[in-house]
Amino acid sequence: MPLIKGGKIVADPWLHAADDEVLPDEGPVIVSLSRWRIEGDSLRVRIGPIGVRLAADEPPAGIANDLDRLALIALDFPVFRDGRAYSHARLLRERFGFDGEVRATGNVLRDQFLFMHRCGFDAFVVADPAQADAWLQSISEISVWYQPATDSRTPVLALRHRHAAAAAE
Amino acid sequence: MSAQILTANRLDDGVVVYLADDGTWAERFEVARVARDADASADLLLAGEAGERACRIIGAYLMKVADNETPQPLGTRETIRGKGPSILTELGIGI
Amino acid sequence: MYRYDAYDETLVRERAAQYRDQVRRRLDGELTEEEFRPLRLMNGLYLQLHAYMLRVAIPYGTVSSAQLRQLAHIARRYDRGYGHFTTRQNIQYNWLRLVDTPDLLDDLAAVEMHAIQTSGNCIRNVTADQFAGAAADEIEDPRVYAEIIRQWSTLHPEFSFLPRKFKIAVTGSPNDRAAVRVHDIGLRMHRDHDGEVGFEVIVGGGLGRTPIIGPTIRDFLPKRDLLSYLEAILRVYNQLGRRDNIYKARIKILVASVGAEEFARLVEAEWAEIKDGSLVLPADEIARIEAFFAPPPFDAPDSDAADFAARRGDDPAFDVWADTNLFDHQQAGYAIVNLSLKPIGGIPGDATEAQMDAVADLADRYSFGEIRVSHEQNLVLPHVRKADLHDLWRALDGLGLATPNIGLVSDIIACPGLDYCNLANARSIPVAQQISNRFADLDRQHQVGELKIKISGCINACGHHHVGHIGILGVDKKGEEFYQITLGGTADENATLGKIVGPAFAADKVTDAVETIVETYVDLRRNGEKFLDTYRRLGVDPFKEKLYATH
Repeated sequence: MPLIKGGKIVADPWLHAADDEVLPDEGPVIVSLSRWRIEGDSLRVRIGPIGVRLAADEPPAGIANDLDRLALIALDFPVFRDGRAYSHARLLRERFGFDGEVRATGNVLRDQFLFMHRCGFDAFVVADPAQADAWLQSISEISVWYQPATDSRTPVLALRHRHAAAAAE
Repeated sequence: MSAQILTANRLDDGVVVYLADDGTWAERFEVARVARDADASADLLLAGEAGERACRIIGAYLMKVADNETPQPLGTRETIRGKGPSILTELGIGI
Repeated sequence: MYRYDAYDETLVRERAAQYRDQVRRRLDGELTEEEFRPLRLMNGLYLQLHAYMLRVAIPYGTVSSAQLRQLAHIARRYDRGYGHFTTRQNIQYNWLRLVDTPDLLDDLAAVEMHAIQTSGNCIRNVTADQFAGAAADEIEDPRVYAEIIRQWSTLHPEFSFLPRKFKIAVTGSPNDRAAVRVHDIGLRMHRDHDGEVGFEVIVGGGLGRTPIIGPTIRDFLPKRDLLSYLEAILRVYNQLGRRDNIYKARIKILVASVGAEEFARLVEAEWAEIKDGSLVLPADEIARIEAFFAPPPFDAPDSDAADFAARRGDDPAFDVWADTNLFDHQQAGYAIVNLSLKPIGGIPGDATEAQMDAVADLADRYSFGEIRVSHEQNLVLPHVRKADLHDLWRALDGLGLATPNIGLVSDIIACPGLDYCNLANARSIPVAQQISNRFADLDRQHQVGELKIKISGCINACGHHHVGHIGILGVDKKGEEFYQITLGGTADENATLGKIVGPAFAADKVTDAVETIVETYVDLRRNGEKFLDTYRRLGVDPFKEKLYATH
């Protein structure tokens, strides 16, 4: 499935490993939280970065202590309506300081890209390449953001007061 | 099995429509194609799916009718869908 | 009232353009209905029984004359010449075509309006007291904070896919006209012992399938902390609210299941992490928004009071109307005027485009260009000089907007019901019309006194029947419409849920039942007791006996 990162489709180096899949000796792998909990120590012996995927009902607090050993967290949207991962992404970035890749998987649709991006997702696995083509358009459809979030987009409040301060000078 | 017709809403304007005998989507239930057995009902549903794929209609479903000279909706909800709100006589026949 | 700056304007225009593209993709087949549905819902567009229905946001029920004229234009251009004002201070159009809605949203954007988040599992229109900024009993204008919350909640990236819809209400008066105790979050402005104004925070109230009066989770929240605290509540809800069952997904279910105390602890724990971050509400931002809600240039000479009293003496019809349809204003020489959208036998809450245009003109002439939408499907002109009341009343009378029945038995709230709504089990509007006609005699209505009837056509309770003095819930019993009656509900600061009186009534019996209840009250009341007082004194039994007496 196509991976969008940095605004375009890129090759995905990560192996999305099932719980009973034998892992290659090298290369980046993403494992489930339960597999990480069982095999975490032996995984660290491998050559290659490790990622953990969290289901929608697995909050990031459960992995917070291990984040310094992980290069990627994948957050799942079982259905696009299930918005728990938006909070999980924000907590990963803002509460737990994670600066590896935060990847959106599952039912990821272009109309949610901007919300996801604002919450700290920086990679998106989509069902078809057409979604990826729409990335740039979706991200830039709305250029006004009222509230602060994880991203560095300046919220309107700050812009207004900046202008007011500049005008006052 | 009681008589059934297929109803839906037109995608572009939301108007209530019925699958007519001639295969088009009509606004009047009087001209709806009536199914009187399971095979005919299944055919209606297939036509509904085709209509949805073609982006003509949404939400097609089978509804029971009184099998008179022309089919008549049964129950308050389908009567209101077919004839309009019961309260404003200029917009519906009123029941 | 709030005026858009370039940022606000840009947002609504971009949103309308985004929606236009989504409609195109739907009509082209690029989006399935399942994918398109949440997108159109987040712009307030439903598919109802007969057509598409759009719910336009009227933030905290405040609308300018220019905006009301545009709402009239929309009714004329895209609908069938009328609109319906709702119990959450919005307006709904019932007869829209999907293909017209992008133009409609552009027309709204042109007057600083939108339909953003009026449906869907996101934060909805923030409602407030319809008499805000005018009522004599107000501590502070709640609309300042409703506007601040509106902006914070608009296209909030984290909270656009909540477990379920989310409704916030704010009251600035101890007399709660915003029903804060039956909202997902209710905010009641009050003073602490130092005289500082802040918010009591009530979470987990609601109506619908499981009506609950919301518990207070925090007695006093300073203004500075408003947004960070709300963010903490929403973050807890977004993570823990149920995702497996839409009937158990509201925050009220979560609060009830973990308990108010534990819920408060969860919120406070999250809030502790963010309370001094980027969501602190600076005093200068509060001041900036407050400036938009500064009082208009009041100007009423002292002689007005005497004039007004004299007119009432001279004109009995005017006197009757003044008795029921006015409310006390903060400013001497002014009154708050209620416009009844409940003509006898009419459709509650509906207004024609001609009426909307006329009300806009009257607002310009008599109310500084401002109109409010109440929670009871009526309109309000908030700032009218007492000297102008007689002229205004005559104009309203000519428009059919001066029925002197505010708060009386024919001032009925009714949801659209099975005549319009996909979710309904039974019709509500014809029931309202029948009851209204039964009590057509206004003298009789005045003798009965305050009596709020609220009718819902299904358990979703958009008619707020749980909090009606008499509540009526339409149900489907084996394909027939039946009506279940509750008594003693109220949405004010003493919020109470109504109690079921007994088995449901058939459609042709429900008006008689209501009349029996009213007559029973009139027979049993003492010394100026209102209906609610008598009910509270005697309970449901005397009513039950009369209603179900075997003949």
